Amino acid sequence: MDTDDRLSADLARDLDRAFDALVVAHQDRMYTIALRMLGDPRDAEEAAQDALVRAYRALATYDAARIRELRLRGWLTTIVLNLCRTRGVRRSARHARPISLDGDGGPALEPTASRNQAPAEVAERHAERERWASRLAELPPVYRAAVVLRHVDGLSYPEAAAALGRPEGTVKAQVHRGIALLRTMLEADARHDLEEMTA
Amino acid sequence: MNHPLDPTTTDAAVGAALADLAATAPAGLRPKVLVETGLADAYAHIDSPIGPLTVAWNGRGVSEVAAATDGPTFEARHRAATGRDAFPMDALPRRLAEAIERRLNGDRRVRIDLDLRGHSPFEQDVWRKALEIPRGEVRPYGWIAAEIGRPRAVRAVGTALGHNPVPLIVPCHRVVRTDGFIGQYSLGGPDNKRTILRSEGLDPEGLEAQAAAGIRYVGSDTTNIMCLPTCRHARRTMDVHRVAFRSAKDAVAAGYRPCKVCRPDSGASLAA
Repeated sequence: MDTDDRLSADLARDLDRAFDALVVAHQDRMYTIALRMLGDPRDAEEAAQDALVRAYRALATYDAARIRELRLRGWLTTIVLNLCRTRGVRRSARHARPISLDGDGGPALEPTASRNQAPAEVAERHAERERWASRLAELPPVYRAAVVLRHVDGLSYPEAAAALGRPEGTVKAQVHRGIALLRTMLEADARHDLEEMTA
Repeated sequence: MNHPLDPTTTDAAVGAALADLAATAPAGLRPKVLVETGLADAYAHIDSPIGPLTVAWNGRGVSEVAAATDGPTFEARHRAATGRDAFPMDALPRRLAEAIERRLNGDRRVRIDLDLRGHSPFEQDVWRKALEIPRGEVRPYGWIAAEIGRPRAVRAVGTALGHNPVPLIVPCHRVVRTDGFIGQYSLGGPDNKRTILRSEGLDPEGLEAQAAAGIRYVGSDTTNIMCLPTCRHARRTMDVHRVAFRSAKDAVAAGYRPCKVCRPDSGASLAA
């Protein structure tokens, strides 16, 4: 029985008592998905919060058998992705301003390094993550969602396919296409750096 | 790390860089979710005529109003009473703060959701009835008991009002002893009850002087209607037309009928 199965069983038995454990177990990954889809830490926190509240309200209407059968990881992922989609649409409709990537949050919001790393290494690792986050943000949303679920969140292809509501083959193709685009960007960045160094 | 132009830069290396993009949720996320779902409460302080108060709320409504204390004391008491954690906030949500201020200023139309889970239906009936008493007026315990269909449960009404978790919002301070004296108050004792009633435009000492003189009902000899002394209709009656009664029975015997607004016959014996 994995953690989620145990959690589902606890939720089916006593939703109010067990829900905090669901929040603790899934808040980081739901926030991560929202952050990598939306780019802005504040938007991401709101989307993750909204998703968890909706999950609670939905669970409150489900009977115990239905809760026990839920595949929590995928189900929660679908909820947060849907909210990111509506937020993304709303945002771009209202003001098409460039999204800040790790935003003003940066290192303060994200523990990036263990204590024994030298400050220069910490800064370099943070800068590296920033670069990857901005490359990810440049991907078309369809590829971005597939790549985030498979490689940032670490879902299996069947799980990612279920969460996205697309056939597994389609998701695989979207992940491969997304990775290929990211490699192209990486190579373009490297060429750019090289030109600057030799200029 | 491989040089990006190195042909050995694999998809696996890209995957590893992406896996490093996992983030940690902000510390405020979990409390916000638990508060919004009503599995925990938030709390903050507001000012009132009787000094600073602590107000606790969650996504279902306001769950507690208490005299302000330090955070750990409040949190421990709140947990003992509700079984829920309470998280400190800088301030109440703006809309809630405005609604409470308007309610305390006498606007009964403003809606304030209450979270009264865990309390008995009887207690909730008592508190809902107390909500109907207008600012600047008071009703006896027996009136509440009669109005909720439990005329003999006067003492239980007093106990329920003493357990009111949201004093001031549910105005239990507007419920007084059946003999007309002000009586006890859960939020810091009778002096606070007087202070609040005074801030609502009542004269508690005047009321008690009237009670001491045995006056329990007031009528108007132009309308032949009798009221509880603080009913807005009784207070409108000019002194020359005001008639005082010691009992509802006396008033009925004198040809007066009960006011339909304050319903002075609730909890009073009219039988001759």
